[in-house]
Amino acid sequence: MSDNCSRREFFANALKLAAVAAIPVGALKILEPGEAKAAIAKTGVRWGFVVDTHKCIGCGFCVKACKNENEVMYDAPVSRTWVERYVVTKDGEVHADTPNAARDGFTTPKIHGQVIPDSEITKAFFVPKLCNQCENPPCVQVCPVGATYQAPDGVVLVDRTWCIGCGYCIMACPYGVRFFHPQFKVAEKCNFCYHRISQGMKTACVDACPTGARMIGNLKDPNDPVTKIVLNERVGVLKDEYGTKPQVFYLGLDKNVR
Amino acid sequence: MVESAASAIHGAEWTIKELFVYPNEFIYWSIQIVMYPLMTGLVAGAFVLSSLYHVFKQEDLKDIAKFSLIFSFALLFAAPMPLMFHLQQPQRGIQVFFTPHFTSAISAFGIVFFTYYIIVACEIWFVYREFAVKQMKALEGKEGFGNSLLRAIYRVFSLGVHDISEQALHRDHKAVTILAGIGIPVACFLHGYAGFIFGSVKANALWMTPLMPVIFIMSAIVSGIALCILTYIIIMEWQKYRAKSARRAWGMSAEEIGGAEIDVIRKTSKYLVGFMIAAITLELLDLVFRGYTSLKSWDILRSVIYGKDFVNIFILQYTLGNLVPFLMLVIPGLTVRRTAVATMLVLLGVFMMRYNVVIGGQAFSLTFAGYMHYHLPIIPHSIDTYKEGLFGALTIAVMPFVLFYWINKALPTLRYK
Ligand code: SF4
Ligand code: SF4
Repeated sequence: MSDNCSRREFFANALKLAAVAAIPVGALKILEPGEAKAAIAKTGVRWGFVVDTHKCIGCGFCVKACKNENEVMYDAPVSRTWVERYVVTKDGEVHADTPNAARDGFTTPKIHGQVIPDSEITKAFFVPKLCNQCENPPCVQVCPVGATYQAPDGVVLVDRTWCIGCGYCIMACPYGVRFFHPQFKVAEKCNFCYHRISQGMKTACVDACPTGARMIGNLKDPNDPVTKIVLNERVGVLKDEYGTKPQVFYLGLDKNVR
Repeated sequence: MVESAASAIHGAEWTIKELFVYPNEFIYWSIQIVMYPLMTGLVAGAFVLSSLYHVFKQEDLKDIAKFSLIFSFALLFAAPMPLMFHLQQPQRGIQVFFTPHFTSAISAFGIVFFTYYIIVACEIWFVYREFAVKQMKALEGKEGFGNSLLRAIYRVFSLGVHDISEQALHRDHKAVTILAGIGIPVACFLHGYAGFIFGSVKANALWMTPLMPVIFIMSAIVSGIALCILTYIIIMEWQKYRAKSARRAWGMSAEEIGGAEIDVIRKTSKYLVGFMIAAITLELLDLVFRGYTSLKSWDILRSVIYGKDFVNIFILQYTLGNLVPFLMLVIPGLTVRRTAVATMLVLLGVFMMRYNVVIGGQAFSLTFAGYMHYHLPIIPHSIDTYKEGLFGALTIAVMPFVLFYWINKALPTLRYK
């Protein structure tokens, strides 16, 4: 500022300063619940997922891809997504397992150390699992510090810088989706590869699946293939009874699936 | 599987899986989450015991009332410690106060806890103000560092209110009654709320019941009274011993102390028995109801309750922890030794109840087709195995006694005459 700073200049500068200072206050405005809802409605995106269990061959490529993509230690027994194998025998017994989250697929016919003779089997199938990005997520409800939250497009996210690591969300998820990240020591879960889908890409697991058993899409877009399946086909969701309103839909879901 | 990767997973260290369990399932809430409701339960119980005298004027509890009030205060400091031991990011624990997310039961922790803390602190002030002022005056002019330190402590404690006229003391008593009155519902809330944390987890078939908060409150009072009686006995026995070895404690003979002791114990144990009946009734109601309604989860619950956890639930908790001490306390001719053993068993029972809820609730998988077994880490070989192992739990358990010892030095809880 020059020496002969006029009164007018001074006021002009002061005004500018005030305007700059006011911006962050505006940015920090707290939305009323109604306003927040309206903001969500406006986004026009609600991510959803379809799993076609008829197509899944249990190769575990999705699990491998997910571990690499999302930096979940390759050798750790936890995983953001996993594949389950179900074998139902003539006596109605259900044998199910997911060895090492099926990271390497299913390399042996043994289930919990037991070989089931082919002649006994009535049906057998694979079921991939991941976070259901529930519409009414209990994990978000119970987080004491709001570190787990639902994005406007429906995806449930964890703020790694804010999570205190109490594990309440892990307890609250009826699907066993959550765990503590071995390295970051905070709650960890599938987030539909949020860094990818928000850039117009598909999730790592969808890209890795050789049979197209996994599909991700925008449920608010009526022309999206995922939305079409959800609207036109007979789809099921997991553990409906908990009232979580899961947004991962299954084609060919069997009553024995846990 | 690489060993280091597996042990980096929180919970993998002490969880053994059986049959079909989801890959991410482990026993995430371990021994410290057993300790947490145990500690808050003791706080609430000790406080309710002291309030029975202050509010409901149960004269028979006069002697133990002061003691249990101070003990409740000491326990109160130790109560949040298990949570700090349990958190994966303890340095962020404070965020619960800064950014509470009020749909979560845990978020109310700060508010409930501090309200209670303030009430107990105020009550102690009113109860001990007279004593502090008198001590301050008595210590006046006495030489020595210890004396001047004590005097300074009493000075600060009195907060400059040195009026101990009849009128002022009457006002003090009134304040104590009011605070103790408010304190009872808050104490019940503090602990009922711990029950709510569990009871509201709909994903957990064993925890989810609206009875959980009430069950927790009742067993809390039971445990608090039992611990007060037990600690009381230990202190009195110690004084008796001192009196016998010619150093006349409190200026009373061993017989005098013994007489006062058994009197208090007989009276207090009546309340203990009453609350035990309430606690057991509720727990059994819960069990019967689950069996009768037999929802989808009942098959696996039954296999855990009547099978895997049978010894923990029916032998250690119900028989040794409830039935045996109950009989010991109601059979006439109660002696000090019998009460001591009975209260120890009651404490074992309450501990096992917490254990069977917290660990038992994670003994079965969300698949309802597999189990998880808990192995308490004994010898620590990492921070996790210390914090969530036997030694971590013991650290928490001795904490209130150490605190009590020091508080008791300045504010004696049991001094006859
Ligand atoms: S599946 Fe579990 S982790 Fe995912 S949103 Fe639902 S409750 Fe939360
Ligand atoms: S573990 Fe983290 S994200 Fe989960 S409830 Fe606790 S603070 Fe929230």
